[in-house]
Amino acid sequence: MTLSDDDVRHVARLARLDLSDEAVEQLRSQLADILAYAEQVGEVATADVPPMRHPFGLRNVMREDLAGESLPRDEAISAAPEAEDGRFRVPRIVEAEQ
Amino acid sequence: MIDLVTRSALELRDLVAAGEVSAVDVATAHLERIHATDERVGAFLRTLDDEALAHAADIDRRRAAGEDLGMLAGVPLAVKDLLCTRGVETTAGSRILADYRPPYDATAVIHAREADAVIIGKTNMDEFAMGSSCENSAFFPTRNPWDLGRVPGGSSGGSAAAVAAFQAPLALGTDTGGSIRQPASLCGLVGVKPTYGLVSRYGLIAFASSLDQIGPFARTVVDAAELLTVIARPDPRDSTSIPKPPPNLLAGLDDGADGLRVGVVAEFFGDGLEAGVRTRVTEAVERLAGLGADVVEVSLPHAPYGLPAYYLIAPSECSSNLARYDGVRYGLREEGATSAAMMAATRGAGFGTEVKRRLMIGTYALSAGYYDAYYAQAQRVRTLIARDFDAVFANCDVIVGPTAPTAAFPLGAKTDDPLAMYLNDIYSVPASLAGIPAMNLPVGLDDDGLPVGLQLMAPMLDEPVMLRVARALEAAVGFATTPRGPEALEAPAAA
Repeated sequence: MTLSDDDVRHVARLARLDLSDEAVEQLRSQLADILAYAEQVGEVATADVPPMRHPFGLRNVMREDLAGESLPRDEAISAAPEAEDGRFRVPRIVEAEQ
Repeated sequence: MIDLVTRSALELRDLVAAGEVSAVDVATAHLERIHATDERVGAFLRTLDDEALAHAADIDRRRAAGEDLGMLAGVPLAVKDLLCTRGVETTAGSRILADYRPPYDATAVIHAREADAVIIGKTNMDEFAMGSSCENSAFFPTRNPWDLGRVPGGSSGGSAAAVAAFQAPLALGTDTGGSIRQPASLCGLVGVKPTYGLVSRYGLIAFASSLDQIGPFARTVVDAAELLTVIARPDPRDSTSIPKPPPNLLAGLDDGADGLRVGVVAEFFGDGLEAGVRTRVTEAVERLAGLGADVVEVSLPHAPYGLPAYYLIAPSECSSNLARYDGVRYGLREEGATSAAMMAATRGAGFGTEVKRRLMIGTYALSAGYYDAYYAQAQRVRTLIARDFDAVFANCDVIVGPTAPTAAFPLGAKTDDPLAMYLNDIYSVPASLAGIPAMNLPVGLDDDGLPVGLQLMAPMLDEPVMLRVARALEAAVGFATTPRGPEALEAPAAA
């Protein structure tokens, strides 16, 4: 299994991860090694085997959909790097029109 | 003067309940031990002296007033920094959460506090629980109290080191692929990964949600069973919490191993198992036979595919779970002209090398065109591993093997070789994938004087039989959980 620098940069973009050139170089060979190891799962015949969704087939346990106590808004945003008027503040999301 | 730090959790609870020592004395003794030793061990990211002493004083006041006390009243407890503690920094061992103070407590923390366990600090760990040596902490490495030049294992290495160094009799850790059992093995402790869903994951910072479980570290099986009893209960705030009362973990603990059938996993004794580990584990199995257990060899034919499957499943789930660290709601934020640039800059600066590696593996495995070959195939293999366990448990009460392939290794020995580090979990991952309970029991020392652990595994929710066999073997082995040797932390004076 081989990966190019561009493969690594593409995956980093998907993962929203800034990587230095050095890190790209290092990850290129490490990811190839790790994925080659993990690809051993392909040796197992699994044609009739369902993928495991949960160890014991337990379904999500949902409570009744009733309003209950929850964190007050001030507390919920208390750890935000930037907040304003009870909301999370972020940089521009949509590029400005030319 | 009784040296309180050498006492078991149960002894401390009974001493406090009888009024022979105060909870404040117990907390003070442990905090002093931490302050005297932790510069060398590095088990704690922070101690909670004021909070602990205030809780202890409240326990003493309530005892004096004749009020009911919790089942761990006055017992110091160390908590892995992956569990949220309201208003107290909770970092997950990461720079990206270096200043994070959660607005709520993890359910397991609430239960422990309601049982009057006294939380004395938050312990170091591999960043986001990714690692097997505690060297991936963004802050500092933790050292093994048995030999300060060696790692304590990971990712719950701080919790393990704290209990091994007599800084606390009990600790909470988390186990995704071995993160309680492997450090317990390397530090000579009892460490239990419960059945998936037995302990609520609410407030546990997520790594791989289909695998993560909270569990106890202790120096005795009974202490571990007590702490697990406190935290094991259904929780409406965790949709994967098992919605029925937990099994009684204490009732049959002393019933022995006589007449039980114990399977020894053939696949766990192949290449890569250190000779010293093999010797002690084989002796422990012979002791089980001596206790009247019917010992048979069993096979988990798909177990060798467990680690490859794990290294697709866990990174895939972590790449999804860690998407939340986006510089918006909590944690670090680096500047960027747009939100996307801000997020990439924040994550690039905030995550360490191993976390980035796993995010990249997981993102790749889940990306277009690879899902079926990687994640879905790994989940099919997972089904086969679970079926292997089912087949063996049709004829066995518990199964055993080594917990980890080696004893504690020197710091730095595996940091440049990710795959070599991953192999630490080769025997612990299959039980994680199947969701069944598994634990480490220390069974002796190798020729270097380092602890060796036996892994015990049981069917879903059959923690009682697993703990019962461990308790019987513990008594027969007589393992003394006292670090010693020239490089070891000096042991506290005996009682």
